[in-house]
Amino acid sequence: MDLVITFDNVAYSYGGGELLTGVSLDIAPGSFHFLTGPSGAGKTTFLRLCYAALQPTAGEVRLFDRPAQELGRDGIAAIRQRIGVVHQDCRFLDHLSVADNVALPLTVAGRDGPAARRDLDDLLGWVGLSKRADARPPELSGGERQRAALARAVIVSPDAILADEPTGNVDWEMSQRLLQLLVEFNRMGRAVIVATHDLGLVRVAKKQVPARVLRIANRQVTAAGADL
Amino acid sequence: MRRFVRQAAEILRGDPAADRVVPPTGITARLTLFTAAAMAFLAVFALALSLAAGRLADRWSEELARGATLRVSAPAGEMEQQLAAALRVLETTPGVTEVQPLTDDEQRALLEPWFGPDLPLESLPVPRLITFQETGGGYDPDGLRLRLQAEVPGAVLDDHRRWRRPLLAAASGLRVMGWSALALIFGALGAMVSLAANASLAANAQVISVLRLVGATDDYIAAAFVRRFTLRAVAGAALGTAVGLAAVALMPDTGDTGGVLTGLGFRGLHWLWPLLVPLLAGAVAFLATRIATTSVLGDLP
Repeated sequence: MDLVITFDNVAYSYGGGELLTGVSLDIAPGSFHFLTGPSGAGKTTFLRLCYAALQPTAGEVRLFDRPAQELGRDGIAAIRQRIGVVHQDCRFLDHLSVADNVALPLTVAGRDGPAARRDLDDLLGWVGLSKRADARPPELSGGERQRAALARAVIVSPDAILADEPTGNVDWEMSQRLLQLLVEFNRMGRAVIVATHDLGLVRVAKKQVPARVLRIANRQVTAAGADL
Repeated sequence: MRRFVRQAAEILRGDPAADRVVPPTGITARLTLFTAAAMAFLAVFALALSLAAGRLADRWSEELARGATLRVSAPAGEMEQQLAAALRVLETTPGVTEVQPLTDDEQRALLEPWFGPDLPLESLPVPRLITFQETGGGYDPDGLRLRLQAEVPGAVLDDHRRWRRPLLAAASGLRVMGWSALALIFGALGAMVSLAANASLAANAQVISVLRLVGATDDYIAAAFVRRFTLRAVAGAALGTAVGLAAVALMPDTGDTGGVLTGLGFRGLHWLWPLLVPLLAGAVAFLATRIATTSVLGDLP
């Protein structure tokens, strides 16, 4: 099976400053990775390189064994159907209901038939948002927004989920719940990458899944110490 | 090109689900609708002007092209002889037909607006007029003039060409102005729709970002905007066309005696032409929005 994401000596510079340099790693199907590091270390940049929102300034990023630089706009759109993304700020279309927002990847893929509707209902139940299906995104709490974003990211059964600080704006209990959802998704054989500065969350997760912890510091991505 | 055709087909087919992903934008929607309606209203009048000018040019051309007049001047004692000679020349000239000397009554009627109804033609040295038509092959006016000069020295040929040329030039000018006005109207509509689409795209940057995040292609995003603006333009143009047609229909009809302005309107099948205005407005809006969205989406990361 193809690797989901491959970084080959990747560097990324912005505004004259280098944010990442010499990054080489593989993300295999079914793997679980945490990405830790201080704020501004480059976690979000790393994730954006993973779903071709950014292109490396040196080296090569391969997505499903295809160079990201050669994907083109339509190719990148296709990749976004295979790699679900959960942003920290959980961007939604505020004029649509929660259910319609969660179903958006199906809508744009032209797969929003009756069967998809049933899957949507199941998914909303899975993330505990069945009763909020008709609400508008601005009416949701922080935790509900995160769960809705997660549901939207997984509704097309992607091969991987990238979550950028998914527990950043929620309490510990909600963090546990979100983590549980990500672990369940990983157990379905999908790759998960979670960028977080919450080391407590990492420790809890490692008790449930064999997660690999990466640390970004000084523009390098390294394996974290044994304490994690 | 294939993408272009596919998008045009998608617009005709419609996609309610895709339409909903772009939020309704009140001000640009109303502006597009109003602009398309106003432009279509003006387009109907420009079209009416063009068609009326065309009709006028055709009528002048038809009426003046084939007809000619021969004016015979001679002393009172020689008039009949000169008239007969002129008739003989005309009847033997190839390309000339329907030779018809005006009777006294006809000449009197012709002069009545200037001299009143009781003009004593017998006692006045009024030239006699002969009208004739040219056949399909036409005649040689220079050759006819030479013959007349030799055989009927008092005859002057007026083949109407010196009248027809400036009239036709004026009518053609009006027609060109009408079509130019139409082109400008649709150009302005395209520019305005393009501006509205750009404003809408800028206002919906967040929407575009979310759509891209969930895997929407640029074609999908563009189609949602293009469809919306195209349908608005068609709806607005249909409204403007209906009002324009009503206004044209209510204009006083002066029939054949009307000039280009008083005769402004549509005749017969020409009433069908304005029905193309909403379609053309839709095509212009489609192109303008497609170019705008392609440009904006191409510039976005």
